[in-house]
Amino acid sequence: MPAAPMRERSEFDEITRRLRRNIVTSTTKAGSGHPSTSLSMVEVMTVLYFGGVLRYNPEDPGDPQRDRFILSKGHGAPGLYATLAEAGYFPEADLQTLRQLGSPLEGHPNMCRLPGVEASTGSLGQGISIAIGHALAARIDGAGYRVYVMVGDGESEQGQIWEALMYAGNQGLDSLTVILDHNGYQQTGAVADIQPLDPIEGKFQAFGFATRVINGHSLDEVSGAFEWARGVSGKPQGIIAKTVKGKGVSILEAAPGKWHGKPVPPDEEAKALEEIGGRS
Amino acid sequence: MSFGITRIDLEMGPSTREAFGEALAEAGADERVVVCDGDVNNSTFTNKFAEKYPNRFFNVGIAESNLIGVAAGLASSGKIPVAASFSIFLLANAFDQIRMSIAFPNHNVKLVGTHAGISIGEDGPSQMAIEDVALACALPGFTVVVPADGPSTAAATHAMIEREGPTFLRCGRPGVPILYKDGLEWHPGKATRIRDGGDITIIANGIMVAMALDAAEALAAEGVSARVLDMHTVKPVDIAAIERAANETKGIVVAEEHIAYGGLGATVSMVVTERSPTRMAFVDLGDTYATSGKPDELLTQYGLSPDAIADAARRVLKD
Repeated sequence: MPAAPMRERSEFDEITRRLRRNIVTSTTKAGSGHPSTSLSMVEVMTVLYFGGVLRYNPEDPGDPQRDRFILSKGHGAPGLYATLAEAGYFPEADLQTLRQLGSPLEGHPNMCRLPGVEASTGSLGQGISIAIGHALAARIDGAGYRVYVMVGDGESEQGQIWEALMYAGNQGLDSLTVILDHNGYQQTGAVADIQPLDPIEGKFQAFGFATRVINGHSLDEVSGAFEWARGVSGKPQGIIAKTVKGKGVSILEAAPGKWHGKPVPPDEEAKALEEIGGRS
Repeated sequence: MSFGITRIDLEMGPSTREAFGEALAEAGADERVVVCDGDVNNSTFTNKFAEKYPNRFFNVGIAESNLIGVAAGLASSGKIPVAASFSIFLLANAFDQIRMSIAFPNHNVKLVGTHAGISIGEDGPSQMAIEDVALACALPGFTVVVPADGPSTAAATHAMIEREGPTFLRCGRPGVPILYKDGLEWHPGKATRIRDGGDITIIANGIMVAMALDAAEALAAEGVSARVLDMHTVKPVDIAAIERAANETKGIVVAEEHIAYGGLGATVSMVVTERSPTRMAFVDLGDTYATSGKPDELLTQYGLSPDAIADAARRVLKD
């Protein structure tokens, strides 16, 4: 089984800034894409990939014993790509080819073209079911790998999410961790206004999940939640990460309902990068 | 079930769904084979697999979208999942999941849809898959197979599991005549010439193959020699066999238990038009849903019969 890469904790703040910078610059260069939903994922992705949680090896992306991470909310692709580049799956410079003809960094993740992508997603609601399939394969084989899947809160309006949660709970799939990136907004407005999810923790529990609600931008809380998840037996785990859509970029944070599928405009990019901070 | 067949003497055999279930239980000897069921295993006969290999059998409940995603994940981790349900529930309920989670990433999942066509009878149009072949053919990279009888269904089941790649296998509910009693050489993508003839060609699949043989017998009595091709693989279709039929006979009749759009007729037409234009006629459901009724009554009422095939052949030859 591959090891779980673990960076020095002192590097984490710089990693989160680098991921955010790459999310902003790659989408602005592309002229399209979903930076705001990617920005809300950053701390969870940082801890998962660099905090000793996910076991993976970029030199052998298909190692059968690797842990799997599936991004069900496929429009968060820029966040996934920035993380995979940071992890060493491909050069950081490739991020600037996002959405261009010939680039494997497509608008939504395509597992056939980009190593490290575990599922082709972008039509919402499908990732948990795929994750369950991986977890069942591990169960048949007696393999020890774990499966992590991130879903969006708007995405959770899809019926398939609940089919999958019900099945995972009934199967007691304790190798499965579902992370809900609860950033509060979907394409046209607030989830709470369009199709309120609450009580979301109670819903997860009713479907047979052990749950934790955390501040998804607190590295400590995210670390603690993943550690807790690994210790749960007999139940899949739901980590409800309360996050901010557009986190770190004030114009995106100020009007999350306006920026869903829009990059930071070129003339706002410098200000956004300044707000994020870190080395350019 | 007679399918209106009166001229030829065929021994009745199992339904294609039952033949599939038997073959699947045999194929389970390969430990990579797993089965995903939408709580219809005693209808699709995947229960035969479940009895032998319970730890590789997953009844996910009545939730086809999740069923397809689970199958995709299993395939992604190296299993050979067979996802089986009523054909219309699988293809129509979960089409986006099939497209996104199986076809697009080209996962090695075998979809098996049973209870296809109007020959399911009394349960009526909500359960009748009459557009499933069109839906499956619309998935890039998919192989689409519609077998005619028990032995060829068994051969197709083993072949699809042995071959890499996403496949849709369409099976029916009623018992059907045995056409390949003495075994057969079954190759995906290669039509079986089940009757030789030089005047006209009837290209059929599924339950329409037996009817085509009966129609050929009727035509023979009129001095017309009809070739019958069992075009079990709709995609990729046997282009060479179609081209030969177009060149060597005076016309082609295509017969399928499906709407007129997007299935075998459309596929054969495309080949004929490009390679060797000739007269054609089509025996299918046209553009309509059926109703409840006895299978034989429905097939006759909706024009899926040996007589309808023979009439179509006469029309082609008259022009």
